[in-house]
Amino acid sequence: MTGLFSEVFLSALLFGAVTAAIPLLLAGLGEQMSEKAGVLNIGIEGMMLAGAYLGFVGAFYSGSLWLGFFTGAAGGIAVALVMALLCVRIGLNQIVIGIALTLGLEGLTALLHHFQFSRSYPRLPAVDVTVIPLLSDIPVIGPALFRQHLIVYLAIALVFAMGHIYRRTQLGLNLQAAGDKPAALDVAGIDVMRTRTIAVLTTGALAGLGGAFLANVGAGLFIPFITNGAGFLGIVLAMLARGRPVWVLFGALLFGVCLSLTTAMQVAGINIPTDIIQMLPFLAVMIMLVLFGRRASLPAALGIPYERGAR
Amino acid sequence: MSIASSLSVDKRDIVALEGVTKRFPGVVANDGVDLAIRPGEVHVLLGENGAGKSTLIGMLSGLQQPDEGRILVDGEPTAITSPRHALALGIGTVFQHMMLVPTLTVAENLLLGGPWWQRPKTEELEARVAEITRTLGITVRLHAKVSELSLGEQQQVEILRAMVRNTRLLILDESTSMLTPKGIEELGALMRRLVGQGLAIVFITHKLKEAAAFGDRISVLKLGRKVGEIPPERFRALGEQAIISEIVELMFGKRKDDPEAAERPVRVIHAEAAPLLQVHDLAVAPTDEAPCLSSISFDIRPGEIFGIAGIDGNGQKQLAEALAGQRATMGGSVRLEGAPIEALSVGERRERGLRYLTDDRLGEGTVGTFPVSINFFLKQVGAAPFWRKGVEQRAEIDKRAAQIVREYDVRTPSLKTPVARLSGGNIQKVLLARELAEGAKVVIFNKPTYGLDLANTLASRQRIRDTAARGLAVLLISTDLEELLSMCDRIAVISNGSLVGTVENADDARTKVGRLMIGLAA
Ligand SMILES: Nc1ncnc2c1ncn2[C@@H]1O[C@H](COP(=O)(O)OP(=O)(O)OP(=O)(O)O)[C@@H](O)[C@H]1O
Ligand SMILES: [Mg+2]
Repeated sequence: MTGLFSEVFLSALLFGAVTAAIPLLLAGLGEQMSEKAGVLNIGIEGMMLAGAYLGFVGAFYSGSLWLGFFTGAAGGIAVALVMALLCVRIGLNQIVIGIALTLGLEGLTALLHHFQFSRSYPRLPAVDVTVIPLLSDIPVIGPALFRQHLIVYLAIALVFAMGHIYRRTQLGLNLQAAGDKPAALDVAGIDVMRTRTIAVLTTGALAGLGGAFLANVGAGLFIPFITNGAGFLGIVLAMLARGRPVWVLFGALLFGVCLSLTTAMQVAGINIPTDIIQMLPFLAVMIMLVLFGRRASLPAALGIPYERGAR
Repeated sequence: MSIASSLSVDKRDIVALEGVTKRFPGVVANDGVDLAIRPGEVHVLLGENGAGKSTLIGMLSGLQQPDEGRILVDGEPTAITSPRHALALGIGTVFQHMMLVPTLTVAENLLLGGPWWQRPKTEELEARVAEITRTLGITVRLHAKVSELSLGEQQQVEILRAMVRNTRLLILDESTSMLTPKGIEELGALMRRLVGQGLAIVFITHKLKEAAAFGDRISVLKLGRKVGEIPPERFRALGEQAIISEIVELMFGKRKDDPEAAERPVRVIHAEAAPLLQVHDLAVAPTDEAPCLSSISFDIRPGEIFGIAGIDGNGQKQLAEALAGQRATMGGSVRLEGAPIEALSVGERRERGLRYLTDDRLGEGTVGTFPVSINFFLKQVGAAPFWRKGVEQRAEIDKRAAQIVREYDVRTPSLKTPVARLSGGNIQKVLLARELAEGAKVVIFNKPTYGLDLANTLASRQRIRDTAARGLAVLLISTDLEELLSMCDRIAVISNGSLVGTVENADDARTKVGRLMIGLAA
């Protein structure tokens, strides 16, 4: 391998890692907010699929990527509304409803896509990148990290915004109380249902956005089941991050590298069966769970519907 | 009796209840209750465990709605629809069960409830807390995590929280149960100051002396019904003893003079008998908020009740947990029947006969959502005859559970009722039954009677005495000095994580223990 080749290769690898990491990051941040508030959001995979599909449709017909992100987020919110109604208001089992939503959306988006485009997979034009001056000239990491679509920078900024919300705002306190001791929040005069609903809808928006990114920026097209477990990886990230948004970022980047490595190794034609290469990200999940899973601390009331006055 | 007079709306009432009824599946928790709450009065609510006191409070604080009857606020019929509504009406409640978020700091807990878009106003809070704690005479570590505080300290935080908000009606549901005698006295003085400023207070307690000392008006509940009231005029006319005997009559239908003063039977403990529990030089590392335990040594012989007195938060819980195996030790030895057990796990210690009754009944003692029957056998899950080859033996469990329920007089609608639905006293009976089951040799009781009504307190104490009489060694940790004096053979005083002295429970024990507790030599 020549030096030039490895530099280009590394840069592409990194670029791919970031692109793959962003949907995981958005899903992880979203899941983290739900879990903080005490709702185990297994439906997040379904929310991402809704976001991917509606995001693609929005961008495809309008020609605007931003409108696509908007419709994607709206799709995620729509699924989250169902989840909030059934699991927060009515208090049904979060795991059952979450799985049902995911399976339902897998089928629904595949079906709608089939009706609309039959067996063709139209592509969106390549995305515009925002080049950050100076930084983008750094070898290897410059082109990888600082020639990305604007939404990538916004997603990274969101990590720090979330950190600020959790540590420094009243809303952050409310979310944590809703997850750790909802009764205490209720008697303090804050509606637990509303707090949890806000959290679930935010999850929907972020997951939908993540799905739209996956389809519109990552792939440039929509295919059924395009999320391929990204939502579930988000759940793992949220569990391992112990309530800290930066850890979601680190985790997402790590998985992103694995995913990107998978593609890169296939492209480079390295002589390992593709099935094994494709296992890489999931192997990483298992290793992470074995290493850090025991220390994952989950909110005390996670998964338990709140009912006022019940004991 | 003024039941009739309180029916007519009195303009002076901040809150009045008229014929309030609340039913739960299987029980009528409140049955046509009338209650008048006035500014400038401490209204004491008395009643046995399960009488329906907390349920009444739940309706006043917006957690529950009455099935029948109405609540008047300032003379207007008002449906208190949510806790937020109750707070807006000026009703502040300190609930019987902790209502603090364990993972947040004290300050964050006090700030909970502000508008969500705002930054928490920490500086403002600090100033306000400083002012209130000065008048209250308590110290609160604002930046400590709640999970690191003792239950007594948590209770102080909750009282403080009610004070931080501008409350017109302050409800205290068993808020003295975890306080020291001095703390209770201070709370009493504070209540008197507050009603002097025109506040109304509803005060729930099981201690008749507190009721007589701090109250203006007393209402007694029994099985959900209000069975009597002593209005202020009569209250003032009677002396403490007369009030107490009147209450006892209302509650139990018979006059008893001082029901808590039980004569301590003289027990003969064979000094030469080998100690069942020997603790030598036990040490436990400090945590952020609890002191370290250092060089704790004592022996308990068969049939002996060994008491640990001291102000709450001086390491009592750490000691109990270290002995039970729930907390790592830094050194020292613990011997059960002469055999070292300090390296054994919680389960192995239990197996050998060491039992621990925690003071955190709902948190670590029981699984609230599990039925009463399963809670009896929680520590035997998987073992025969209740489980066979991993399969739960329903019939076997229910048969034995029904027997225990009868024996320990657990008041529960059914064996299937989740344990958290029971009243505080009945949860304690479930724990007692479980820990005293087969094979117990040494039993550690941590505040066994806190939150229990008089009848249950007396019954629990009798159980502890019986336990010792069967030849078991008993370690009794309590902040209630009267309780220790009425039961123990020897009393040690714990202060800042070490035992500062051990006293034989003879005639002068009260003064000796008292002196040790305030830091003087006995
Ligand atoms: N949410 C609930 N669901 C079902 N039953 C309940 C509920 N809350 C209370 N109860 C029942 O209502 C009765 C009254 O309980 P409550 O907690 O009001 O008693 P209490 O007087 O406060 O007793 P304690 O002194 O032990 O605290 C009990 O029999 C209890 O089991
Ligand atoms: Mg109660």
